[in-house]
Amino acid sequence: MEALFAILVGLLYAAGLYMIMRRSIVKILIGLSLLAHAANLLIFSSSGLVVGQAPIIPGDAEKLTAPYADPLPQALILTAIVIGFGVQAFALALIKRVCDVASTDDLDRVEWRSVAEANLEAADVIRQESR
Amino acid sequence: MRIESLLVLPLVIPLVTAMACLLFWTRPFVRRVVSVTGSTALFFVTLSIFLHIREAGFATVGLGGWNPPMGIALVADRLSALMLLVVGTVAILLSLYQVGFSERVSGLGGASVIFQILLMGVSGAFLAGDLFNLYVWFEVMLIASFVLMAWGGGPIRLVGSLKYVTLNLTASAIFLAAVGLVYAQFGTLNLADLARIQMELDGANDRGRLLALLFLACFGIKSAIFPFFFWLPDSYPNVSAATGALFAALLTKVGVYALLRIFTLVFPAEVEHLRIVLLVIAGATMVLGVFGAMAQEEIRRILSFHIISQIGYMIMGLALFTPLALAATIYFVIHNIVAKTNLFLVGGIVEDVAGSSELSQVRGLFNTHGLLGSLFLVSSLSLAGIPPLAGFWAKVALIVAGFRVEQPVIVGVAVFVSLLTLFSMMKIWTRIFWGKAVEEEEGTAELRPEISRAKRILRYTPVVGFALLAIALGLLAQPMLDYTLAAADQLANPSRYVEAVLGEQP
Repeated sequence: MEALFAILVGLLYAAGLYMIMRRSIVKILIGLSLLAHAANLLIFSSSGLVVGQAPIIPGDAEKLTAPYADPLPQALILTAIVIGFGVQAFALALIKRVCDVASTDDLDRVEWRSVAEANLEAADVIRQESR
Repeated sequence: MRIESLLVLPLVIPLVTAMACLLFWTRPFVRRVVSVTGSTALFFVTLSIFLHIREAGFATVGLGGWNPPMGIALVADRLSALMLLVVGTVAILLSLYQVGFSERVSGLGGASVIFQILLMGVSGAFLAGDLFNLYVWFEVMLIASFVLMAWGGGPIRLVGSLKYVTLNLTASAIFLAAVGLVYAQFGTLNLADLARIQMELDGANDRGRLLALLFLACFGIKSAIFPFFFWLPDSYPNVSAATGALFAALLTKVGVYALLRIFTLVFPAEVEHLRIVLLVIAGATMVLGVFGAMAQEEIRRILSFHIISQIGYMIMGLALFTPLALAATIYFVIHNIVAKTNLFLVGGIVEDVAGSSELSQVRGLFNTHGLLGSLFLVSSLSLAGIPPLAGFWAKVALIVAGFRVEQPVIVGVAVFVSLLTLFSMMKIWTRIFWGKAVEEEEGTAELRPEISRAKRILRYTPVVGFALLAIALGLLAQPMLDYTLAAADQLANPSRYVEAVLGEQP
């Protein structure tokens, strides 16, 4: 079972890294999501996969008795998912802004000279407004 | 106040300051006062932690009453305390600078909220006692830096920040993979517990090497070593002045701190085996960084490439891995924060005063702005390593450490890169500050904003402060070396860390 998971995590990492290197800006976001999923699944499988057990101390016991599902990786994943979700939300807003400003989705076709000129104009505008 | 309560404050104070700044979103003056007050409080807290650790050596607090290795621990040793003190200093000086540069467009002033969150993330990273907590604080710091980087908009800033976001999120994914694999291998994520297990394992093994390389990759991306540094020159030059200074001061140095912590505590046996790799990386980082700097024509791009080059020196100290080398690395990190931040601040003032920061557009600033020129000179000579400034002592210590371990090649590269650093700093000096002032075209003088006297004082205070720190760190080289040698001694003997953190456990 762990072997299957390992292959799955590897494939997800590969897919995520592949998508990050695409030309389209939106595909970069998809790649980042895939990387986050892969990392979370890796942590999940890190202390062995147990079927049908709860990560809870049984009612009359004082500590976890085998077999149990390890609660620590589950807690780690929850944190990682939340952090990842916040970051992806920000990345989405950033990508939307970049697409608006560069008026294209294709990173190769972004005209760097016109971007630079637009940047200088924007800087001048900001300087004017701050006086 | 007990040290245990003190240790939590560097996390709480910036958070409270950020919330207060948010509350006063519509009142810029109150917001600025709150920001500066919060930074001052942070400075005094980090100072008291530093003074306590200077004698005690270690301090630990298990949050929520859960003792390590269960639960989350905040651990401060000499290195953490010194880095925290630097964070406090940077916080107070940069908040003054930010007030001096504050825009009247109301939205842009809210950057002080994110500034405080970033300080919280950095403080947390320096205090983290286990790997996952380190990850969380890294992410806090990272998200804050994403927002600060894109703040103010503008096309190049946005596209540069896209590269920064992508590469750093990839690094985070690698970090998570490493964390998961460490847990799978060792069953714990607490740094002291990992150190204890490693000491019992006694020696390097293949899995340890894989994990060490994973950590090198992810922290390497964050601290901009070769071949991972390509996000830095595209993103740092385009941000606003105060933000650029903050990033130069803290972000890459937290990555270097994490490398130091992981490799001295958890993987000390691997450094021997990875020494050649680390030395090659250090050399390549130094050389490529300074070659890039020599080719640029704009102040902040030059300084950004210099950041990369200086990181190479820190990796060199890590690779050499003797107590003297580690002490030299710590001294170098402190000096570098002071000098680099100052240079970025000067660059911001130059851009505002002269209208441009391109080397071809500005001439003879020394005639009208003598103080600025002198402050720039102090910081750039310190960076290049001229005695009696701090950079000289740090570099000499690194070189001596290199000779003692018989690694003349990397020492030769370090000296060569020093010369080139001096060359490119002097290039800025002669082009921008020296020479006759350019005659102004009619009408451009009116476009320059009238800076009130108060704002001018607020802008110059941090620049003067950092320059004085660079001189002071140079004159106080012996006490600094004593402290950093004590800190390196702690790093080179992880058993002391383990004892301090886990000591109460049977």
